[in-house]
Amino acid sequence: MNTGTLNYAKLVGLGLVTLFAMIAASYARDLAYQLHMIIFMLVAGGLFLVTLRNTDEPAKPIPMDEYFDSVVRAGVIATAFWGVVGFLVGVVIAFQLAFPVLNFEWAEGYANFGRLRPLHTSAVIFAFGGNALIASSFFIVQRTSAARLWGGNLGWFVFWGYQLFIVLAATGYLLGGTQSKEYAEPEWYVDLWLTIVWLAFLATFLGTIIRRKEPHIYVANWFLLAFIVTVAMLHVVNNISIPVSIWGSKSVQVFSGVQDAMVQWWYGHNAVGFFLTAGFLGMMYYFVPKQAERPVFSYKLSIIHFWALIFLYIWAGPHHLHYTALPDWASTLGMVFSIVLWMPSWGGMINGLMTLQGAWDKLRTDPVLRMMVTSLAFYGMSTFEGPMMSIRAVNSLSHYTDWTIGHVHSGALGWNGLITFGALYYLVPVLWKRERLYSLSLVSWHFWLATIGIVLYAASMWVTGIMEGLMWREVDANGFLVNSFADTVSAKFPMYVVRGLGGVLFLGGALIMCYNLWMTVKAAPAKAPLGTAVPAE
Amino acid sequence: METYTFLREFADSWMLLLLFIIFVGVWFWVIRPGSSKIHSEAANMIFRNDERPAPKEEAKK
Repeated sequence: MNTGTLNYAKLVGLGLVTLFAMIAASYARDLAYQLHMIIFMLVAGGLFLVTLRNTDEPAKPIPMDEYFDSVVRAGVIATAFWGVVGFLVGVVIAFQLAFPVLNFEWAEGYANFGRLRPLHTSAVIFAFGGNALIASSFFIVQRTSAARLWGGNLGWFVFWGYQLFIVLAATGYLLGGTQSKEYAEPEWYVDLWLTIVWLAFLATFLGTIIRRKEPHIYVANWFLLAFIVTVAMLHVVNNISIPVSIWGSKSVQVFSGVQDAMVQWWYGHNAVGFFLTAGFLGMMYYFVPKQAERPVFSYKLSIIHFWALIFLYIWAGPHHLHYTALPDWASTLGMVFSIVLWMPSWGGMINGLMTLQGAWDKLRTDPVLRMMVTSLAFYGMSTFEGPMMSIRAVNSLSHYTDWTIGHVHSGALGWNGLITFGALYYLVPVLWKRERLYSLSLVSWHFWLATIGIVLYAASMWVTGIMEGLMWREVDANGFLVNSFADTVSAKFPMYVVRGLGGVLFLGGALIMCYNLWMTVKAAPAKAPLGTAVPAE
Repeated sequence: METYTFLREFADSWMLLLLFIIFVGVWFWVIRPGSSKIHSEAANMIFRNDERPAPKEEAKK
C-alpha cells in the first residue's frame, strides 16, 4: 500500500472515531466519560484535518542513515515535565495528610486527598517513569542495534498516544472515573487505548532489534524487552472487565473476591518488578557504563541477573496478601520467592557498582555518575528492605502502616528517580549536540537536595510506620486495645511534616534540574560539527 | 481430577523441575568455553555507533 491509499484509510478511520466520539459525548452517562469523548473527538478531528491537508503531498523520505532522535528529545522533555507535575502533586497530598484543612471545601470531590493520590502515583510511575522508559528504550535500542527505529513515524504515535493515555488517566481520576485497582485505576476504554499504544511500542522495539546490525542483543535490550512484554501481559489480564454501558466509564471486573485480589497483586507487584525494576535496569545497563566510560563489570553476571530476575519476580505478588482470604500456601510461596529475589537484585546492584572499578575517582568530579551510583545504593537498600517486609512476621507489623510508603519511596525516589535524573543529564547534551551540561555545580545541588529529601522521607516513614504498627497492636493487661485509630493519627503529625519537607527538597532538586537542562540546550557550547554534514534540527 | 488440583500438582512437580533445569542450563550456557570473548565484544558494543546507524556494508556477521 502506498502512502496515498494509507492516507485515505486513515481519513476514514479518523472520521469514524470523531463521529463516534461526538455521539458518545452526547449520550455520556458520567462526566469523566463525557470529557474523555470530547478529548477523543478533538484529537481525532484535528488529526483528520492534518491528514487531509497532507494527502497527496509528496511524503518526506525517512533518513535511514540517521537515528530517530526527535522522538527521544520529546520524551526527555515529557519526562522532566511530568516529573515536576507528579512530585508537586505528591508534595500537595503529603501536606494534605499533615494539615487536613488543605482538603479545601470548594475542591471537595475533585482535589481532595482521595482523588489526588492516584493522580500522584500514576503521574510519577507512568507519566514520569513511563516517559523515561519509552525515551530511553528508543535511544538505547537504536544505538545498540546500530539501526534506525523501526516503523517510520510509529515512534511518534507511541509518544503522543502515551501522552493521551496520561491525560485521560489523570483527568479521569479527578472526575471519579476509576476502577479502584491500585496502579491500574483507568477505566476500560483508557485501558484499551493503552493496549494499542503498548503494542505499537512493542512493534517498534522488536522491529528495531530484528533489523539490528550488531550480532548480539545487548543486555539492556533484554531487560527493556522483558519490561514491554510483561507489562502488556499484566495490563491485559488485570484489566479484564465488562463495561456497564458503552456510553459510560463504569465497568465490572470479571474476577471477584480473593481471585481479584490475587490478580491485582500479581499485576501490582510485577508492575514494580517489570516496570520499575526490569525497565530501569535496562537504563542502568546502558547509562552507567556510558557515563563511566567503561564496559559493564561482568557481562556473564548480567545475563544471570536477567534470567534470575525474570524467573523469580513473577511469583512474588502474594506477599501483599498475608493474613487475608488467600490460602496460606500461596502467600508463603510469594514470601519465599521474594526472599530469593534478594540475590539477583544484589547481583545486579554489584554489577552496576563494580562497573566503576578502576574509575572510582570519577565520583569526585562527576556528579552525574554520583547520582547513578547513589541510585544503585538505594536499589540495594530497597531490595533488601522489600524481602524483609515480605516475611509474614515482619509484615504483621509493617502492613497498612507508613513503613510501606517509606519503602516504596526509597525505591521510587532513590532508585527510579535518581537513575532517571542521571539518564536525563546524560541524554540532553547528546541529543541536543552540546559539548557538556550547563552547570555541574547545579547537578551537585540537585543531587544533595534529592538525597537529603529521600533520607528525610524514608526516615520519617520508618519512625511513624513502626510507631503506628506498635500502637495498633498494643493491648493492656485485660487484653483491650490501648490506642484508638485517631491516637495514631495525631501521634504521626510531626513525622508527616518532616515527610512533606523531604518532598519539597526533592521537588526543588527536580526544578533545578529542569533549569539546568534548559540552559544546557540554550547556552552550553555546541559540539564541534562532525566530519559529515549534520542536518539542521 | 479437578482442573485446579491437576494444575496445582503439575505446577509444583514437573513444571518446577523444568523451569529449574532451564535456569541451571542458563548458568552453564553463560560460562561455556569461549563465551568470554563474545561477552566482552557484547559489553563493548555500546561504545560503537553513537552518532549514526551502521552503514549497510557492515551487515550482520
